[in-house]
Amino acid sequence: MADDKEREGTELVIAEFHKKIKDAFEVFDHEANNTVDVREIGTIIRSLGCCPSEGELHDLIVEVEEEEPTGYIRFEKFLPVMTKVLLEKRYRPIPEDILLRAFEVLDPSKRGFLTKEELIKYMTEEGEPFSQEEMEEMLSAAIDPESNSIRYKDYIAMMVVDDG
Amino acid sequence: PASGGHSLLARISTHFTAFKAAALIQRWYRRYMARLETRRCCTWRIFQSIEYAGQQDHVKLHDFFSYLVDHFTPNSNHESEYELDYESIEVPDNYTGPRLSFPLLPNHATALVEAFRLKQQLHARYVLNLLHETRKHLVQLPNINRVSTCYSEEITVCGDLHGQLDDLIFIFHKNGLPSPERAYVFNGDFVDRGKESVEILMILFAFMLVYPKEFRLNRGNHEDHMVNLRYGLTKEVMHKYKTHGKKILKILQDVFCWLHLATLVDEKVLILHGGVSDMPDLELLAKLDRHKVLTTEVVYEEAEGEAACEREGRAGSCPGAGSAPWAPPPGLPRGHRASRSSSIPCSCGPPWGPGAGRCRQQAGPPRAGRRGAPCPPRQKQAGKPGAPAAHSGGLEAGEPWPETISWSFQVVDILWSDPMAQEGCKANTVRGGGCYFGPSVTEQLLQKYNLQFLIRSHERKPEGYEFCHRRKVLTIFSASNYYEVGSNRGAYVKLGPALTPYIVQYQANKETHRLTMRQRISRVEESALRSLWEKLFASSLDLLGEFKKHDADKTGLITLSAWAEAVESVLHLGLPWRMLKPQLVNSSTDNTLEYKSWLEDLAKEQLSRENIQSSLLETLYRNRPNLEAIFRITDSDHSGFISLDEFRQTWKLFSSHMNIDITDDCICDLARSIDLNRDGHIDINEFLEAFRIVEQSSTEGDTSDCPQATNTDNSGCSKPSKR
Repeated sequence: MADDKEREGTELVIAEFHKKIKDAFEVFDHEANNTVDVREIGTIIRSLGCCPSEGELHDLIVEVEEEEPTGYIRFEKFLPVMTKVLLEKRYRPIPEDILLRAFEVLDPSKRGFLTKEELIKYMTEEGEPFSQEEMEEMLSAAIDPESNSIRYKDYIAMMVVDDG
Repeated sequence: PASGGHSLLARISTHFTAFKAAALIQRWYRRYMARLETRRCCTWRIFQSIEYAGQQDHVKLHDFFSYLVDHFTPNSNHESEYELDYESIEVPDNYTGPRLSFPLLPNHATALVEAFRLKQQLHARYVLNLLHETRKHLVQLPNINRVSTCYSEEITVCGDLHGQLDDLIFIFHKNGLPSPERAYVFNGDFVDRGKESVEILMILFAFMLVYPKEFRLNRGNHEDHMVNLRYGLTKEVMHKYKTHGKKILKILQDVFCWLHLATLVDEKVLILHGGVSDMPDLELLAKLDRHKVLTTEVVYEEAEGEAACEREGRAGSCPGAGSAPWAPPPGLPRGHRASRSSSIPCSCGPPWGPGAGRCRQQAGPPRAGRRGAPCPPRQKQAGKPGAPAAHSGGLEAGEPWPETISWSFQVVDILWSDPMAQEGCKANTVRGGGCYFGPSVTEQLLQKYNLQFLIRSHERKPEGYEFCHRRKVLTIFSASNYYEVGSNRGAYVKLGPALTPYIVQYQANKETHRLTMRQRISRVEESALRSLWEKLFASSLDLLGEFKKHDADKTGLITLSAWAEAVESVLHLGLPWRMLKPQLVNSSTDNTLEYKSWLEDLAKEQLSRENIQSSLLETLYRNRPNLEAIFRITDSDHSGFISLDEFRQTWKLFSSHMNIDITDDCICDLARSIDLNRDGHIDINEFLEAFRIVEQSSTEGDTSDCPQATNTDNSGCSKPSKR
């Protein structure tokens, strides 16, 4: 009996996940034909609360692509894979304090900020480097034009509030 | 040495940590941007849904409109009525706006641009004169316009402008004014929605007269008097030209019909407004009488069509005509979400698409030996609806119906179709006209006519342009910030002799450049959410009903999942409600919602509480955009007045078509209460004023202006003479 109840509970959870995934998918299904451009998969996955790295994303895409990649991902293939991701709570988002520590690693002398050049260097040369566009967009919001630097504590606070 | 090794190790470990730290930040940032992008898409979808829902609404109402047109629009053949009228119009001495003399010279056109930039208004006399000359010019031109890069070295193609004068001025500023060396093609939808459609038309027509070889205009689906009734041009003209507005509208209606249907550059690049169908026939397109296509607003009368089909024994030739009228063959794919299709009456297979195409072909020009094909039942009346060409005196009783239909569809396809990524060709049920065409349709067209690619407009794109079908189709859209400041860029494309497209993007609003993406998105989102709130509010009663259904135990609570289902079933917008939930519902930790208080919060956002109870007002509010259009049709001579009796009849008809339950008394009272100056007829302005008063007073919490039942002793409202 307990097993049944548990299964029923999981079924409900899965049903709810399915609806969430469908909604997220539909936002980017511009032609209403249950496919999305593969370049939007990352956005969809992230909009569902996951925070994968580019490498992890690439692996996921391989899982949901067709045998012969068409540039489009079908919902039928995406749904089971994404459901599993949500059930296993994979790619959890990064807590604020961890993020702060990451910035502090890049600022070993603990000034409380990074210069524009430093930010650019780290973001475009380390980790999974930013594209030109990504870098420019981050700079536009993060850099305080007077000091030409990013006060990362304030930056995080501003961004996290927005994230809702 | 140990120290060297240690520092190397230290350096490596620091480097490694910096690597990880950077990766973490990037990972987080990308997720943040993805969330922004999702919000942006959702916002876009909200606007689109509301807009398409509005369009579908219009399709639903078209039956009603047709009826009104039949009964209220006089079948007028008096073309000469306005021909020489403008000459008698005097321009007062104190008029400081631009003056035109004909034949137009380039500096006249340039002066117009400058004058409009300074917010001046062109006098009605010059407007009419210009329109008259424009019509004279257009009448001589072919359906398909041909330009060559031999003469003008480069050609600039612009997409939809939708009354946004700022964008046009920006284009001329950035790209240069038209000249013999600088050719322009404007690809339709110059008007509606934006507030300066008239000015745009004046400028475009002026340049066309000045540089007839180098300045061309294609017709868009908004160059259509029926569409204008609803989407703003009619209103703008009547507002700016109170005395001569109706004359202007009448000649404008004609001018629109004479615009080019398509432009061909160097016989290689085809430019048209919407798209193509899977049966493109450029030869037919070149030969047809484009002037006959007064409007492409259509609703297909399936039952009557099939009945007609059967009467003449052609049932066998219609696919699937055995069981349901004009039903598409089982394999025909549906291109839209179930939630949208349920609100479209013509989803049972309009006579387009691959299957029906066969039928259409057989319904082509009557062959010898076949007598005049069946007339749909309403043909006896002048201005028969159901065929694109039919309004106001297009068809005589007994005239072969299918011929007009078959080539009219070509025009509808050109003005309304959209490309899709999927293969095939299917009905464009979202728009209610034209089709969705796939890559192979494009390929077929290009091969058949030896073309290189297709340029079209008709669809808003965030970047102002978009390639598809392996870069064989280019969508170009020139109205930037279409929904709201920051919502999208505009673009135009230049073609040189090599015909390589060179795209220029812009956003005609300095402010947007200074905003970050985050700020841009929030602004647009706010605007979208406001529209969504409005729609939700307008359906408060229905929503309450749906919520109650999910609350069998009467706890006052429903799950958020149930909320999403209920909202969709009422609004039919096809929106991803779960994604929008954070913006619409105060986050509740236990996944339930107190729906009554949520509805109350909605009301507080919009109007005062009392209006939730007034269902009549709610209905009116919900149908506000339609009502305006209806009144403009009812007011057939554009006098600005309709009699109380006409109002009553119209409203009764409207209610029955829309399944709204309203008593006669209520309507009478409403009519009387709206007739503020008690002169026996309703000024359209009075009507709109009534709404504003109600809206305003509601936000101030004062309910005394709600229409009350007053004297009910009158047997009926009198019918005074007009004007």
